[in-house]
Amino acid sequence: MTDTLPDNTGYVAAAYLVFFALVLIYLVIMATKLARFERELSELDELADRAPEREDGREAVHSH
Amino acid sequence: MLYATRLRALSILTAVTLTAGFALAFFYAPMDADQGFMQKIFYVHVPLAIVALCGFIFGGIMAIQHLRTGDSRYDLRSYVAIHLSLVLGAGVLITGSIWAKASWGHWWVWDEPTLVSFLIIFLLYATYQPLRFSIEDPERQGRYASVFAIVAGAFVPLNFLAVRLAQSYTHPRVFATTDGGLPAKMQLPFYLCLIGMALLFATLWRYEMASKNTSAKLRSLRRKLAGDEAVAPRGRSAAPSVGTGS
Repeated sequence: MTDTLPDNTGYVAAAYLVFFALVLIYLVIMATKLARFERELSELDELADRAPEREDGREAVHSH
Repeated sequence: MLYATRLRALSILTAVTLTAGFALAFFYAPMDADQGFMQKIFYVHVPLAIVALCGFIFGGIMAIQHLRTGDSRYDLRSYVAIHLSLVLGAGVLITGSIWAKASWGHWWVWDEPTLVSFLIIFLLYATYQPLRFSIEDPERQGRYASVFAIVAGAFVPLNFLAVRLAQSYTHPRVFATTDGGLPAKMQLPFYLCLIGMALLFATLWRYEMASKNTSAKLRSLRRKLAGDEAVAPRGRSAAPSVGTGS
């Protein structure tokens, strides 16, 4: 196979791999952030669901 | 401003342009008579370098806007642009070293103005984040960082000038003025790669801005739903604080 490949193929491949690795690392960091946002959003969603219950409880205490 | 708007279209356009550019570089552009196959590194290395340097200048322009208006959103835009340019700059140095090794037999050549001036710019901007981190007061941090970004941004064009004025011709001349410059069949792939790289910068910049905005909005929402005590104090950070009104 090496007979058919031009000289310095390894260096060219390495340069392009560096570029793709950088983009990939950036995407992984973005994916991690996205996962954190998703987690935080579901926490906030639960908080929002509990908020009316808390309001009802407070109103009940006031009416007594 | 919603940075995630039309982000999908931009991402697709980036992927298509870069893929087409690289495909043309390998299958359409002729083999360089002098350097042979290793000249293909040019199509990733040079666009990366141009976009990284333009990103630094963009960061400087945003910093001018920040000082002019006092709007912290410009500080964030400047910060993200410089942060991203540093990442691309690291890519430039690594791909450049690989090309140097393949072409000259050395990973680095100290008497080559293009390389050294790029390294100086990279190292200069590498101090940007520590500078920000060293200042606790967010307003002062933004102001000092903007002054830094403007001064350093003005220094960037010197890198382009260094390439032109350099007497040494060790570094490959790709836009030569005397012997015709880049052949026409190399120009199309090169410009496509350059546009693709600029689009990649724009896409990643918008992703990062959208991420910072979302994070700030989540904090604000948590504060509204659970009160101030539910939100951990921000603490010292190099990143600018984001207002939720953006």
